Amino acid sequence: MTKTAQHSTHDGHGHHHLSFTEKYMFSLDHKTIGLQYLITSWIFLLIGFSFMMVMRWQLAYPGAPVPVIGRLLSASLAPNGVISGEFYNSLGAMHGTIMVFLGIVPLAVGAFGNYVVPLQIGAPDMAFPRLNMMSYWLYLPGGLLMLASFILPGGPAQSGWTSYPPLSIVNPGQTVWLLAMVVIITSSLLGAINFLVTILNMRAPGMTFNRLPIFVWAQLVTSVLLLLAFPPLEAASVLQLMDRLAGTSFYLPQNIVVYGMLHKASGGGQPLLWQHLFWFLAHPEVYVLVLPPMGIVSEIIANNTRKPLHGYTTLVGSMVFLGVMSFIVWAHHMFISGMSATLTNFFLITTMIISVPSVAILTCLIFSLKGGSIRYNVPMLFALAFLPMFGIGGLTGLPLGLTATDIYLHDTYYVIGHFHYVVVTGSIIALMAGVYHWFPKWYGRKMNDTLGLIHFWGTLICMNGIFFPMFILGMAGHNRRYWDPTAHLHNLPTQPLHVVSSIFAWLLFIAQLPFIWNFFYSMWKGEKSEENPWQATTLEWACPSPPPHGNFTKPPRVYRGPYEYSLPGKKTDWLAQDVAEVPA
Amino acid sequence: MSTLAPAVSYESDTGVTNAKLGIWLFLASEVMLFATLFTSYLVLRMGALSWPRGWEVLNVPLAMCNTFILITSSVTIVMAYAAVVERDKPKFKKFMLVTIGLSFGFLILKGIEYRAHFMHNEFPSTSIFNAIYFTTTGLHGLHVIGGIIVNSALLYLSDSQWDHPLFVGRVEGAGLYWHFVDIVWIFLFPALYLL
Repeated sequence: MTKTAQHSTHDGHGHHHLSFTEKYMFSLDHKTIGLQYLITSWIFLLIGFSFMMVMRWQLAYPGAPVPVIGRLLSASLAPNGVISGEFYNSLGAMHGTIMVFLGIVPLAVGAFGNYVVPLQIGAPDMAFPRLNMMSYWLYLPGGLLMLASFILPGGPAQSGWTSYPPLSIVNPGQTVWLLAMVVIITSSLLGAINFLVTILNMRAPGMTFNRLPIFVWAQLVTSVLLLLAFPPLEAASVLQLMDRLAGTSFYLPQNIVVYGMLHKASGGGQPLLWQHLFWFLAHPEVYVLVLPPMGIVSEIIANNTRKPLHGYTTLVGSMVFLGVMSFIVWAHHMFISGMSATLTNFFLITTMIISVPSVAILTCLIFSLKGGSIRYNVPMLFALAFLPMFGIGGLTGLPLGLTATDIYLHDTYYVIGHFHYVVVTGSIIALMAGVYHWFPKWYGRKMNDTLGLIHFWGTLICMNGIFFPMFILGMAGHNRRYWDPTAHLHNLPTQPLHVVSSIFAWLLFIAQLPFIWNFFYSMWKGEKSEENPWQATTLEWACPSPPPHGNFTKPPRVYRGPYEYSLPGKKTDWLAQDVAEVPA
Repeated sequence: MSTLAPAVSYESDTGVTNAKLGIWLFLASEVMLFATLFTSYLVLRMGALSWPRGWEVLNVPLAMCNTFILITSSVTIVMAYAAVVERDKPKFKKFMLVTIGLSFGFLILKGIEYRAHFMHNEFPSTSIFNAIYFTTTGLHGLHVIGGIIVNSALLYLSDSQWDHPLFVGRVEGAGLYWHFVDIVWIFLFPALYLL
């Protein structure tokens, strides 16, 4: 289809005419696929967020009918406009699943990775363009199947994004969840293989490993995690599917009673097995959620402090170490699930060890700010916000990694607060930074700064307003996953905090409106931008904006490391990677 | 497969083609998939009150036969690959056909085994041993079917794509995959039948 890949195509779309479907739907170009991922995953994030906005009404005002939406829902889901417990569980399960597997991972890897990695390493496309297209066309149907469970018989899954058995096996609706997960996992696996081959085999001449931008390193480690951690969940999902469809008992013990009836199954299985297999995926998954955003933040900080990153080798080493360690910490999610004290100690120690490289990365990024003449543009503000916010997220995780404190905090709102500080004020803030940073490259136009500032401050304040009260709620002993918090007397004093949290959640939605408007308006009407508006050094800025088919007008060659800013005695304060001689 | 113009050169440290690297990475993920199933098998077996001896409930001679069939097919697919390297098309076709035939033989014997179990009212739901037996061998069977599809496609395409520069690599990739399917069985056989 696109055999005329390469050189000198300034018009943007190759030598020959492509039909609309070839160009925009079944495109083989990594840039189009990246943008498909970008738009789709933001839509999924918005859907997952809207579920939460409905749930937050029930948490803030338990038993009160949901305004507007309550009347639109059927009586079985929301009798008299009050969402039922079952529907609340479904929304919770789908919120987690959609946000993690259909939102952030495809956004961080599928969108940013796809678009930026080949450009940053100087490749004309991904290694397997067809496989790349297939990844997207598995991801989208998988996501739609997940959403379709709302209208299919049995309804959506109700057992949380973790799907713990035996609950997940006896609940209706779980089958579609499992099938969709298998499709989504396959899509991620294909993507991971593609990224690894591209990064290992398709770097431009001179792009040695110690000249790779940090973002590419982050994607490399992420791809290894996806490649090796997702298959166990796929296998675990197959076992759970067997339990549901073929009547096996992989996760069911003997003589289990469901709804007052003895469950007909041979038994002999272990519910704990699922927890181990699930978290064996889901802990590396956390680093899949966090590493690419860290890479994005590193790029933006180096670019806007106008100086080299502090400790390039430390950053790379820490990311690789994080990746390796993330495979042996999984059971810290299960301290109260039933484990021997020896095993608990092992996972406690590995968990404490894995916090070291995270702190090292954060420290490197903070030291990078020192002595820089910082440009406070919109992407940089988001990147700067990432540092303290991710810091809070990370540090509040320590009490959860220590068994003594975890026994109290486990399964409370504290855990939710911690996780969302890492993933929302951490990852999503960084991904927003990435959108503002690379937007000129994608569309050849800049996003509006004023709207960007409104979006930034609104988002930062609202996110903290949502998640900070959760720490207090959790420490006050409020369990997570409660449909009606007021049913427990000890939750009554902290109930106003739920109201605060909910109001900020709805305000957060309003704060996203300028972002959405800004994105689409700037796409067509934004101020035109040149090839390299940020005076950045990495290769993606050496090609036209937007880059044509085959990306580079001439095959790039790399002469230096990724962050050569503020070299003494030079006229400009930056030196791109593909510039051969040092201009006098 | 590649849309890249040959003029572009790369900084490559791996020294293997994209396709081959891709296949190896794919196999790495497959190793994790089956490793998970083996781990589950171990965990379930260790936690079980009683566990049947494989040879008492399963048909060992038939499985032994299947083991030899798969090992032989691994040899024949290497011969097919060697034939592509030697540019000997009839030889390639012959050995690929034998490989595919042996794969079908494996599936037929497996089917006979399954049928005998079903006749005796032994289903995945009957016991935890049956559950792991049917799931692992079933998943392995799906991989065999996948191999048959790939190998048949290569056999079919060999006329039109014989001189394609990537054809050798594709046959090699299919061979690597087929060896993996074989190795999984080499592990499954003792784990289920002999222990």
